[in-house]
Amino acid sequence: MQPFVKVTGVVAPLDRVNVDTDQIIPKQFLKAVVRTGLGKGLFFDWRKDPDFVLNRPRYREAKILVARANFGCGSSREHAPWALADFGFRAVIAPSFADIFRNNSLKNGFLPVILKEEEVEAIFQAIEHHEEAYELTIDLTTQTVSDSAGWSARFEIGEFQKKCLLEGLDDVALTLMHEKEIAAYEAAHPVPYRF
Amino acid sequence: MAAETLFDKIWKEHVVYQQPDGPALLYIDLHLVHEVTSPQAFEALRNAGRKVRSPDRTFSTLDHDVPTINQLGPIADPDARLQVEEMRKNCRDFGLRLFDLGSHEQGIVHVIGPQLGITQPGLTIVCGDSHTATHGALGALAFGIGTSEVEHVLGTQCLWQNKPKSFEVRIDGRLSPGVSSKDLILGIIGRIGIGGGTGTVIEYRGSAIEALSIEERLTLCNMSIEGGARAGMVAADQKTVDYLRGRRYVPTGKDFDRAAERWLRYRTDDGARFDRSVVFDGASFAPQVTWGTNPGMVTDVTGRVPDPASFADPVQRESAERALRYMALKPGTPMVEIPIDRVFIGSCTNSRLTDLKLAAETVRGRKVAKSVNAMVVPGSWQVKDEAEKLGIDKIFKEAGFEWREPGCSMCLAMNGDMLQPGERCASTSNRNFEGRQGAGGRTHLVSPAMAAAAAVAGHFVDIRDWARN
Repeated sequence: MQPFVKVTGVVAPLDRVNVDTDQIIPKQFLKAVVRTGLGKGLFFDWRKDPDFVLNRPRYREAKILVARANFGCGSSREHAPWALADFGFRAVIAPSFADIFRNNSLKNGFLPVILKEEEVEAIFQAIEHHEEAYELTIDLTTQTVSDSAGWSARFEIGEFQKKCLLEGLDDVALTLMHEKEIAAYEAAHPVPYRF
Repeated sequence: MAAETLFDKIWKEHVVYQQPDGPALLYIDLHLVHEVTSPQAFEALRNAGRKVRSPDRTFSTLDHDVPTINQLGPIADPDARLQVEEMRKNCRDFGLRLFDLGSHEQGIVHVIGPQLGITQPGLTIVCGDSHTATHGALGALAFGIGTSEVEHVLGTQCLWQNKPKSFEVRIDGRLSPGVSSKDLILGIIGRIGIGGGTGTVIEYRGSAIEALSIEERLTLCNMSIEGGARAGMVAADQKTVDYLRGRRYVPTGKDFDRAAERWLRYRTDDGARFDRSVVFDGASFAPQVTWGTNPGMVTDVTGRVPDPASFADPVQRESAERALRYMALKPGTPMVEIPIDRVFIGSCTNSRLTDLKLAAETVRGRKVAKSVNAMVVPGSWQVKDEAEKLGIDKIFKEAGFEWREPGCSMCLAMNGDMLQPGERCASTSNRNFEGRQGAGGRTHLVSPAMAAAAAVAGHFVDIRDWARN
């Protein structure tokens, strides 16, 4: 997986609550058998509106998305973080995330950053009050989000997940280092009868 | 020993290794696989030269993409056809069982698991599908995962998981006549909010839950994810044991008796503590209809479309305004005055025999309104065959419903069954997100009986009045 250490880039504001995965990547793009090229389907129906935030030239190179609570709710489709990453995003900032979306993102070096409601509000305000595109830096090592004017906020992430992201670790290989424990568990717990 | 919740018991039994201050490596007893969220996982295994660790614990089927008319004929959509063919190839290459099209076991993954007795109390169950929570109705810990985690389970039969919090949703008393478990779960989501269960595993308890049949519990647990919870569960009881007896993958004879004894231990001990609890009175729930673009935007059928101005929080207000624009609804409109164009009875939420029986009883001897196009999609071939033995297909067909072949169909509209832009649908499925059933389509979530009644009336009706007609 692509490691995530530190990213600086333009922040695109998606001022909506409960953004569901059907909006992030609609069903017709789920027929893919590969992980790549899904950026074209990102927010497919919303992008039909010429005023939609991602259609504005200043956000064409955006690396960070900021949204309201419960981002990524709905289906388990990992196509959602794949599409966001393929479009060019490296992270989403929101006050809360749906569990499966958050897990899926972490497996792809794509960082879901949880900040407090008021911190997220401050980012929306900063974007609105900036004439130029507003940039943020997300530093996973220090667990901070900051701008060039000196504003910063801290976010939490589990130590294990942090290590995996910083080093871009292959999950399966990591797990297979526990082969002995898995084999012992299986010896004590046979396959359910008649399976 | 300290009193434990049902969730604590299953979790504890499955921890293979605990990271200090980190996630646990959790053993997965049963992995269900379907064609849409698995191809990239198999590709990754192949690229890394890995095998499926435990084919015995893996069951595959085809459901999301499959046609509901002439299912054994060629699949017209080349992308869907490719995914179906990939699934067959992957199952062959990795030595996995596939309940393929044309087999009697095929159907929606969350319908066939319980039906075949693969879903059993005390198991950890995962699937690359958020509605995996369904299986918790039998006292299992079941949750949806993404494709990377599908790959991880195929390769290791384990998953790294942080332990979620436990959330008790207790429903006392009894549900009123005409109020189904679909209405109950929609009502619960309306009260706790669509993010209300985030980070938790819900256990549904209380006298109103104990009174539900297994199929009603499956509907209830199915929509736990719509309240944000990874999983929903109901403790195993005698109904669970009776439901499982005689099913294909369940032990027989003395082995069954021993299994049943073990299954009945999967219940929360007296005095066990939950991280969070809510308690509602079963009698406080009425038949529900959603008015907006997420399952928490829901009201009693006797209610009205809300006025966005009534929401205090500006973000919620804007969200409601946006939803009403999308749904083309005016604030204050009584729910029963909303006319519909389409009816969909099906999905992993409501496509089991109990659901079809209820809907059929509602339309028996009546006709679908001229302005409405209505379809029924049974959840599996077994459900379809059982329904046909009971003559349920005839009741539907005589009323003017289409009687289709099993699959996910218009719940997520991947297989060509879809709404046209602007069409309004009474649907027994689980999500009313924008475009879920087709771009521009407008979905109202309801119970099977409410959907059936709406098909006949051409608009929503209070099923409690229908019963008296």
